[in-house]
Amino acid sequence: MIRHHLPALLVVVPLGTGLALPLLATLSSRLAWPATVAAGAITAALAVAGVFQVLAGGPVHYAVGGWPPPWGIELVLDPLSAFVAAVVAAVSTCSLAYAGGLDDPALRGRLGGGPALCLLLLAAMMGIVVTGDLFNLFVFLEVAALATYALIGAGGGRALLASFRYVILGSLGASFYLLGVGLLYALTGTLNMADLAARLPAAEASRLVPVAVGLIVMGLGIKMGVAPLHGWLPDAYTYAPPAVVALLAPVATKVAAYALARILFSVLGVSFVLDASVLGGALAWLGAGSILVGGIMALRQDDLRRLLAYSSVSQMGYIVLGIGLATANSLAGAYLHILNHALMKGCLFFVAGAAAQRLGGTALADLRRMHRLMPVTTACLVVAALSMVGIPPAGGFFSKWYLLLGAVESGHWVFAGVILAGGLLAVVYMFRVLEHVCLEPRAADDHGGGHARVGRKDASPAVLLPLVVLAVGIVAAGIFNASIVNGLLRLAASVGVG
Amino acid sequence: MSLDLSVLAGEAVYLVAFGLLALGIFALIAHGNLMKKVIGLTIFQTAVILFFVATSAKWQATLPIVPEAGAAGPAAGYMNPLPHALMLTAIVVMVATLGVALALLVRLHRRYGSFEEDDLLDRVE
Amino acid sequence: MIGGHDSVIVQTAVRLLLPWIRIFGLYVLFHGHSSPGGGFQGGVIFAASYIVLGLALGRRELERCAPERATLQWAAVGALVFFGVGVAALVGGGALLDYGSLPLPVPEGPALRAFGVLLIEIGVFLAVAASLTLIFVRLAKVAEEESA
Repeated sequence: MIRHHLPALLVVVPLGTGLALPLLATLSSRLAWPATVAAGAITAALAVAGVFQVLAGGPVHYAVGGWPPPWGIELVLDPLSAFVAAVVAAVSTCSLAYAGGLDDPALRGRLGGGPALCLLLLAAMMGIVVTGDLFNLFVFLEVAALATYALIGAGGGRALLASFRYVILGSLGASFYLLGVGLLYALTGTLNMADLAARLPAAEASRLVPVAVGLIVMGLGIKMGVAPLHGWLPDAYTYAPPAVVALLAPVATKVAAYALARILFSVLGVSFVLDASVLGGALAWLGAGSILVGGIMALRQDDLRRLLAYSSVSQMGYIVLGIGLATANSLAGAYLHILNHALMKGCLFFVAGAAAQRLGGTALADLRRMHRLMPVTTACLVVAALSMVGIPPAGGFFSKWYLLLGAVESGHWVFAGVILAGGLLAVVYMFRVLEHVCLEPRAADDHGGGHARVGRKDASPAVLLPLVVLAVGIVAAGIFNASIVNGLLRLAASVGVG
Repeated sequence: MSLDLSVLAGEAVYLVAFGLLALGIFALIAHGNLMKKVIGLTIFQTAVILFFVATSAKWQATLPIVPEAGAAGPAAGYMNPLPHALMLTAIVVMVATLGVALALLVRLHRRYGSFEEDDLLDRVE
Repeated sequence: MIGGHDSVIVQTAVRLLLPWIRIFGLYVLFHGHSSPGGGFQGGVIFAASYIVLGLALGRRELERCAPERATLQWAAVGALVFFGVGVAALVGGGALLDYGSLPLPVPEGPALRAFGVLLIEIGVFLAVAASLTLIFVRLAKVAEEESA
């Protein structure tokens, strides 16, 4: 029965636990985080089981409410959605465990609201990944966004302004998406993705289609945080509570990128993207611009979390570039980068939060002596930095390799150059971080309070465990990249590409 | 050149919806007061909802409720209920977003004492 | 707003009106399947009764009628009722939210589906009424802390 209901359970488990948490918290407020992590772990196990189920038996279609599509809402697990669901669930479970271990005062509350919002966010992200209905996608996008607004705002002070900016921009983006979906519905009469794909060629001559697609892409672009629509991202990732950024940064923007890929390739089709419109080219240029803008801005930052935020904009550019190029290799690279970036950005933000807790701040100057005080954390930071820079066997190298292959084989030498330039920028800003972490402070700085002691003061085991899991995952993703790509991502990349 | 204004008879509501869209975006961008930005956002979202609901109306159509089983007429005689159901969800989303935005504004006001974006940026530094 | 309205006329009128507003909210809830209405609409009207109570009679009275913790729990209960009906359909043998397979002693077919929809509408009603009341209560509380 679990096999049959798997797509629904991926949403039901975190959602039910999240809704029950306020009631659970009245029994004992110490149950909140363990229950949250348990729900995340169950979801991750189900998602991984879903991957194997899809590989063995083909795509899984689930009709919610018993109404067959196109009348009812359909949940679909195919290679791409199963892969992204597994990545999101697994990395989010590590983030939830990290948040529980960090015990951030901003998320502590007698009513159990903080962990409940985190679970709602996870449920909504799983919903975005498995749904096969355009309006259902909007609903889950907004549920995720609302949970995010509240979680970011919990940071107080500057986080309130950052969250408000995200409220305005995020709601604007979602409204654009809704308007685009409305136009497509008025044109074809259906909201189901597969049905729309069947009906769209007949309506393609209408002038509404480019407008609707443009609105949808713009809306999802704001959610993805790709330049020039990334205005909300740096402030949000810098001022939100560390536990919240650890949950958001690895996966929240990736599900919007998944939604874009799903709509582009399953609904519109590759021929529309590449030949019939400028969409492929425009997305590729947007991605390239994002890589460069994010990388250059990251160079200039003095705060670790702000640097990582701009780096996230840059890395999202890689994914958008891969989607825009729309060749088999570039798509495999883009999807592999979803996995790799989730792992390495998660690892980096975990390190930033742990450093903030132990060393007192996230400015680069605060990180001095981290290699003495927090050796395990520093080791994980080094692994993640190697992956960001693109040094094998860490996973980041392989996704950039496939993207490079895709750019070269389709003849776009400019984009190949941009990919290499982005790697170079990553080298510079990651080594800047490592320089601050591994250098001893000058003698004049040595009479500060806690830094004078050379005793070890690493993060607590509850925080270290998810961190180490992610670091191991980065290396594992690199070592096993061939089997991931050939076994799963080739199938995912062939969706709609033909 | 004569204007055929009869085309407006059926399409007027779409013109109103897009007019509200423009108004909402203008309010969002042009005002520095955060409360007015929130109002502009709400106008924008309401305009999207109005557009959607307008697509469901038909000339001389009645409510899509069948009094007893088997007594349904041709589909063209009933209004399309699906956009209404979808827009209920969208209205709920709009209300929730408004609630979050207002909560943020109230906290900002408590902390920094102003709704003006320029003042806030100065005081937050 | 925090101290309630000064005029005795307003306060008395509100006290008299409250039960009727709530009955109307319940009416809108139960007639949602055959006239404009349903869970969300009824919930909003019900929450409006609490907001009017707060505006007219003051925050103390509102705090007495809608304590924060209990209201949040009602919201969770409402959401869980909806969720529970969906999962019950799953357990009863059908897909998620398939009201035709609810394990209830109601005749199969349209009657069972209509009853399932009524159950989830009740859940939506509770969740919406409690959530909107809670938003107002929290905002009033922050405003009071600010002016204190």
